[in-house]
Amino acid sequence: MPTLSFILPDGRRHDVQAPIGISVMEAAKQHGIAGIVALCGGACACATCHVYVDTAWTRALAPIEEMEEGMLENAWNRRDSSRLSCQLPVTAQLDGLIVRIPERQA
Amino acid sequence: MTSRFIIIGGGQAGAQAVDTLRREGFAGDLVLVGAEEDLPYQRPPLSKKFLSGDLSAERLPFRHRSFYDEHRTDLRLGVRALRLERERRMVVLDDGGELHYDRLLLCLGAEVRRLTCPGAALEGVHYLRGIGDAVALRAAVRPGSRAVIIGGGYIGLETAATCRQLGCEVTVLEMADRIMNRVAHPSVSAYFSREHAGHGIRIECGIRVSGLSGSARVERVHCADGSSHDADLVIVGVGAVATTALAHDAGLACDNGIVVDEYCRTSDPQIYAAGDCTNHPSPRYGRRMRLESVDNAFEQAKAAAMNMLDRPVVHDRVPWFWSDQFDNKLLIVGMSGDADHAVLRGEPGTRSFSVCHFKDRELLALEAVNHSKDYMAARKLIAERAALDPARSADPAIPLREAV
Repeated sequence: MPTLSFILPDGRRHDVQAPIGISVMEAAKQHGIAGIVALCGGACACATCHVYVDTAWTRALAPIEEMEEGMLENAWNRRDSSRLSCQLPVTAQLDGLIVRIPERQA
Repeated sequence: MTSRFIIIGGGQAGAQAVDTLRREGFAGDLVLVGAEEDLPYQRPPLSKKFLSGDLSAERLPFRHRSFYDEHRTDLRLGVRALRLERERRMVVLDDGGELHYDRLLLCLGAEVRRLTCPGAALEGVHYLRGIGDAVALRAAVRPGSRAVIIGGGYIGLETAATCRQLGCEVTVLEMADRIMNRVAHPSVSAYFSREHAGHGIRIECGIRVSGLSGSARVERVHCADGSSHDADLVIVGVGAVATTALAHDAGLACDNGIVVDEYCRTSDPQIYAAGDCTNHPSPRYGRRMRLESVDNAFEQAKAAAMNMLDRPVVHDRVPWFWSDQFDNKLLIVGMSGDADHAVLRGEPGTRSFSVCHFKDRELLALEAVNHSKDYMAARKLIAERAALDPARSADPAIPLREAV
């Protein structure tokens, strides 16, 4: 199972094992990672699972589609590395993925 | 002595209250009593990806069981609260036990409104509220099944789309003159009617169901105008009512929901309530409301938890809602009830447009069809009580925020 690392705004790091096929958001939620709210459960409807993805991983990610882009456009403190973690399926290539959690959501 | 908080109800609000209470440092005993056997889970996929088979049951719970263990939460699942004895501060359970509380949070949710017409109790008549309902429905749906759906609201239409994708012949019967009439602008209703028709779903509006018939199972749906529809299964989505019996029987004030104040307190200062079961004030909109929404359940439960910890937080959020039907996403933010006019922004023919609801120049609500950008902009503008130029907001080339 791939390991994903979540880094909280205060620098604390949580590593979780995530089965292939679920989303990065679901892995965070199941383990109760603070700051991943994901109210809509992955419908790309709330922008409360916003993360910053370590740039080394950008190319391994599913591309940003229009709905996600629109959600991110007005998200709190958007950066180039911003993604909605519900739109990132866990794959074998993402083993070791590092994502940072913003100080607030939406 | 350690204080004990009890949460009754294991839905979105109940699960969130556990999270907030522990994260904010509640060190006492915490018990969550839930009538369903399952770990607290998400309901929205039940009419969509869970029903279609795209999301398995293991992916429905909000949290793993280990989360509740780590947060020292005593989960009493499959257990119902029978009554509250407020003088003794006691919850009486249907497993024979009773639990003392120092503070209590009621997250009782809502229950489906049931048909009362002749034939309503026949086999093959489905409702959709819990996992069990969705499992039963999925087992009944086969390619070629004739599904008649009573009610053209969110549940009816989402279920219609999913059943169609699973190969059913689908008819939707709606009593009002258009689908989603309580929540959507006529142009949005018209758009979704066309989308459903384009996928081969028959929608009939202005139709009142007068009865169901069949020898053992439902075979036919009869309408007041004399028409009828053959059916292998019937799905009823005619709304929900707040679950209040427990509160009402204990003498708590109830009126279309458990009456709470802006601090989520019921008429008993030791008892709080959150989510679909509450009738709560909205400072933003200046009136009381009862909302059936994930977002309200989450936010109100957070506020209730803080108030239970004696850290006063007013529940005052702009509500939002979403619906997925085929490849369309409807996103609604705000409440349009007090609006005096609506402005169409963009062209429905492009499959991406919005409707802005104004009171004078103030944006009260926005409905976005496949337009997440307008929706996100509107969330901020509505919360800020921003004034816009309604005429300029009709131009989709101007970003909403700049339509001043």
